Amino acid sequence: MAAISRDDVAHLAKLARIEMLPEELDHLATELGQILGAVARVQEVATSNIAPTSHPLSMSNVFRDDVVKPSLTNEEALSGAPAKVDDRFKVPQILGEE
Amino acid sequence: MTLDYQAATEKYEPTLGLEVHVELNTNSKMFCSCATEFGAEPNTQTCPVCLGLPGALPVVNGKAIESTILIGLALNCSIAPYSRFARKNYFYPDMPKNFQTSQYDEPICVDGYLDVEITTEEGTKVFRVEIERVHMEEDTGKSLHVGGSTGRIHGAEYSLLDYNRAGIPLVEIVTKIIPGTGKYAPQVARAYVTQLRDILRSLGVSDVKMEQGSLRCDANVSLAPIGSGKLGTRSETKNVNSLRSVERALTGEIERQANRLEAGERIIQETRHFLEESGLTRPGRSKEQAEDYRYFPEPDLVPVTPDAKWIEELRAKLPENPADRRKRLQAEWGVPDSEMGSLVNAELVDVVEETIKLGAEPTRARTWWLGEISRVANEREVAPTSLISTRSVAEIISLITSGELTDKLARQVVEGVINGEGSPKDVIEKRGLKVVSDGSALMAAIEAAISAQPDTAERVRGGNIPAAGALIGAVMKATGGAADAAKVRELLLKHLGQG
Ligand SMILES: [Zn+2]
Repeated sequence: MAAISRDDVAHLAKLARIEMLPEELDHLATELGQILGAVARVQEVATSNIAPTSHPLSMSNVFRDDVVKPSLTNEEALSGAPAKVDDRFKVPQILGEE
Repeated sequence: MTLDYQAATEKYEPTLGLEVHVELNTNSKMFCSCATEFGAEPNTQTCPVCLGLPGALPVVNGKAIESTILIGLALNCSIAPYSRFARKNYFYPDMPKNFQTSQYDEPICVDGYLDVEITTEEGTKVFRVEIERVHMEEDTGKSLHVGGSTGRIHGAEYSLLDYNRAGIPLVEIVTKIIPGTGKYAPQVARAYVTQLRDILRSLGVSDVKMEQGSLRCDANVSLAPIGSGKLGTRSETKNVNSLRSVERALTGEIERQANRLEAGERIIQETRHFLEESGLTRPGRSKEQAEDYRYFPEPDLVPVTPDAKWIEELRAKLPENPADRRKRLQAEWGVPDSEMGSLVNAELVDVVEETIKLGAEPTRARTWWLGEISRVANEREVAPTSLISTRSVAEIISLITSGELTDKLARQVVEGVINGEGSPKDVIEKRGLKVVSDGSALMAAIEAAISAQPDTAERVRGGNIPAAGALIGAVMKATGGAADAAKVRELLLKHLGQG
């Protein structure tokens, strides 16, 4: 059974910029542990004569030609943005004052 | 008491590490078909892939792979028969996907080297800089920080993002640690970046403009007491935007670290920003540890497995190494180091070579490009090659060599071509710039010179041949430099009974 601690969850939440309540941390530590445990069962069937893969299809070298195709317009690109200024995406303060 | 640079390097041994990022000059981005052109209106070169919209699928730009393999080969690397992309996860608004598609434990090129030559007071020295890896990734968007007391990211009220640059192919070239450079560390770093830039330019894979950010250098340095055999804690300096800054930033950082160590303080492993005005560095945001990026293989992209045939085809395309080429040309042209250095600094080596190939006499080709044309280019703050073509220069030089133009007339032809009056032939025609070698036309000017300086003429008649110089000069002046000087001399001496 793969274990994931409450601290692990807090660390991951911080990296993902997700604010979490203490009870959510407890809950997710248990739940993520169970999910990891379920996935870990794959290791029981994996055999030494099968190479690990990161892609379901055994293909390689899929390339496109270096040809420009039309992009989105500025309006289209910004249409889903919660805030915009001067044709740019507006995002909240990134870092606090030093 | 503070240590200056010399004292610092007499006591401490610097160890370098250099990371260079190169934007490739492909037409389209790394994983989508958006244009890469510099300077477009904000957010007009984006699509669902480079904006990180859900469900968008990346496809690798084949040209970018080719360029990266070329870079690896030029740096004497092994090309991995199997390499993969990975996601480097971090939350930062300049990466709309919240991860950067990069390469992690399976880069495409590994284990190369570049021999770097520097000139010192003890003569020329060569340092071998070993290359750890060359890998592919993508550039980030550009942020503009608004408000706050400093105009910098710290304390800004909000930031504005332009994703035109997000997804432009980026190649990262990482050296192994470079020990043993001693006090020459900053010079070696500068020479490495310079040679690397020349190689990248000769490969034609990047614009390599440091001031526009298509070539960027992060410089790592650590200090340890000389002879200790230890490695100190390093700092990483970013925002180094010119070759000169590479040298300045490292010199300043070595001094700073040495003085901290002298004061019994420890060096913090951190990212620092180079300040162009002062030549100093200031601390930047603290670096997230490598494991925090939670790298994992990119599931949307298949592996890259270049076969030997493809690699050999690319290897056959490699141009001559620029440093070797420079040595060869210098020997061919028989020019001293100083003149070769001027040509290299002015980025005129290629231009001069081409002009010579087009039939120009080598010495004149160098003199015209370094002299008159560079002078006008400096005045107008443009590149010499933007003023006049190698073909025109070669044509003008051929006319000088054949005696159809004097240097003085040629200068006027160059001026005319630069001012857009047409080809050298057109300018010669329109301005009537022909060497006057017609005897009767010259005789009038010769007789005028003799009557203006009768005493000089008398001395020449009496056998004082060198005195004729003053008369020849007067004729040249009267004809506006258009007279064929050899012909004038011949006619004059004959006229004065000395022919
Ligand atoms: Zn795109």
